[in-house]
Amino acid sequence: MHILVLLKMVPDVVEDLEIASDGKGLDLDYLRMILSESDDHALEQALLLKERHGGKVTVLALDAPEVDDALFTAAAKGADRVVKVVGMDAGFTTRQAAGFFSQVIADQAGLLPADLILTGVQAIDDLDGLVAPLVADEFRMPYLGIITGIMVDASGKTARAIKEFPSGVRGEFEVKLPAVLGVQAAEKPPRYVPVAKVRAAMKSGKIESAEVPTLVDGGWLAVNIMEMKRNEPASQAEMLEGPTEQVCNTLCGILAGRGLV
Amino acid sequence: MTGSICVLAEQWRGRISEVTYEALALGREVADRGGVQLTAILTGCNCREMTRMLGAADSVVYVDHALLAEMVPQTCADALVQVFAGARPRVLLVPLTNISLGIGTLVGIRMGVPVINFCKDVTISGDRLEAHCVMYGGKIEATVEAGAPSGPQPAVLGLWPGARTADKGRAERDVPVTDMPVVLDDARAIRLCRYIEPEAGDVDLTKEEALVAVGRGVQDRGNLPLVEELAKALGGAVCGSRPVIDQGWLPLSRQIGKSGLTVKPKLYVALGISGAPEHVEGMKDAGLIVAVNSDAHAPIFSVAHYGIVGDVLETLPALTAAIEARKAAAPHA
Ligand SMILES: Cc1cc2nc3c(=O)[nH]c(=O)nc-3n(C[C@H](O)[C@H](O)[C@H](O)COP(=O)(O)OP(=O)(O)OC[C@H]3O[C@@H](n4cnc5c(N)ncnc54)[C@H](O)[C@@H]3O)c2cc1C
Ligand SMILES: Nc1ncnc2c1ncn2[C@@H]1O[C@H](COP(=O)(O)O)[C@@H](O)[C@H]1O
Repeated sequence: MHILVLLKMVPDVVEDLEIASDGKGLDLDYLRMILSESDDHALEQALLLKERHGGKVTVLALDAPEVDDALFTAAAKGADRVVKVVGMDAGFTTRQAAGFFSQVIADQAGLLPADLILTGVQAIDDLDGLVAPLVADEFRMPYLGIITGIMVDASGKTARAIKEFPSGVRGEFEVKLPAVLGVQAAEKPPRYVPVAKVRAAMKSGKIESAEVPTLVDGGWLAVNIMEMKRNEPASQAEMLEGPTEQVCNTLCGILAGRGLV
Repeated sequence: MTGSICVLAEQWRGRISEVTYEALALGREVADRGGVQLTAILTGCNCREMTRMLGAADSVVYVDHALLAEMVPQTCADALVQVFAGARPRVLLVPLTNISLGIGTLVGIRMGVPVINFCKDVTISGDRLEAHCVMYGGKIEATVEAGAPSGPQPAVLGLWPGARTADKGRAERDVPVTDMPVVLDDARAIRLCRYIEPEAGDVDLTKEEALVAVGRGVQDRGNLPLVEELAKALGGAVCGSRPVIDQGWLPLSRQIGKSGLTVKPKLYVALGISGAPEHVEGMKDAGLIVAVNSDAHAPIFSVAHYGIVGDVLETLPALTAAIEARKAAAPHA
């Protein structure tokens, strides 16, 4: 079995986000990039499937700051081949990201055939589409998202995928392979890999590069950000300030006033 | 339907989803401002009677097909593309829920039109379409323009749950219905085998008056007893955000949000929860929301009534102690 995993780096939103001087994007100088959380789960799910069924996991990641770390970590976790997609301008949209992935998958030797293409269900910057359905459409493959479990049948021709619906209900789907699945959560939390193992992967230095071809300009599909601003949430809530004990007493008074204590 | 505002009406397991009514409420505003029709599109099998629920729209296009009985995004997208083959709408609003996720992207790519996700507002003036979007887990708001300015063209907009109150889009009446036949591929690359119902939890969170919710900010499973103690002091129950459940710190039956439960307790205390839209969807209608977060810019503070910027591990025991002290002082309260 061959599983392709598609990874994208996104800003770490636990950090403060600064707006660039043109007011239309984030200030890249202040950003810390991390692997999109659901992409990390897609990688974990691929590794779990490899452990269960054997085969090979190939990881593709779009170039961005810190992406080498993410790829070496993937290698240390057990990915067989890691490929960095390079050559695009920064600030690409999700539709373009999917285009880069699709082109490289089609052009680069040994990426197809794949039985499964796994990626995260949705990233926090997926403004103009989602990667999984876009790539699925490109290769005319079945697509399903919000996946929390995958079992490949003995024949290797179909898989059972668990998809989340609202209110804790899940659906078990039969999916013909090859297919593209948007993973929400792997069956187990992403594994921890010791720094020493990541260093070892770095030393063996096996990140391949794949140059992206120029995409056809889909100007009519353009989605342009005209203005970005920080949500100023603290202006909405009444903020309680002071030493912890005092704040807690104030809050307690408020709750008591409403009959909640 | 040409030039109209369209809403994909989600029906799932015999009901129209709440976010559909939100989409109808927003769609109604946009249609009225532009003096155009609002059309709801309902796909399904033997569910024509549900068109009555879509009374906020001027008319309904009903698409009936055996393969549309269950929601498979690619199949639904195939149907929608056929619906729009003869008459392209100005806007298709698609609820961004666990039912329809992915449909907007597929319709956009197949029709060759722009897609904008996370929309909470839309304005159309002449050929320009401007959307207001929530990005980066709720930390950023963006004004987004769609398409090259070469005459009005359709756009697919993913509706951010919470954009409007559902009640504004709820109206039951006999709406003019047009039946639209579609041809769908029966090769069935994807088939629903069965639903897996959630395991009943030990408590029914939807009936609790006070909920103490923990997020990744609680840092370690070992800190959960502190949370239990606060819940006990408040006479409520503990629940959590997705990462806490994914880590296995709390069972799935305790998850609040898009994939989990929607709750409306009198009191919701959010501890170390960033307030991502997918979480907020499940708790925004709580009577009183209190949030504790070390990040003053955490989006949870935009839904909270009271906020404390601080370390949850410091606040937790102090708050529990303050409540216990008050209860001890006024035993009959
Ligand atoms: C299709 C889909 C469905 C989803 N469904 C759900 C769902 O049902 N429910 C859900 O919750 N999420 C859901 N999510 C995930 C959601 O997008 C967020 O990733 C998630 O809600 C984040 O959880 P969190 O706030 O606990 O973690 P984070 O976003 O990581 O936030 C942690 C917060 O803790 C704060 N913090 C850190 N340390 C401390 C400290 N010592 N003291 C105080 N504060 C601290 C940080 O400032 C941060 O704000 C879904 C996502 C998708 C794509
Ligand atoms: N990872 C998975 N892949 C496929 N099917 C699963 C998976 N996890 C659970 N299931 C199915 O869901 C049923 C109930 O799962 P659970 O309630 O999670 O124990 C099982 O009997 C399986 O058929």
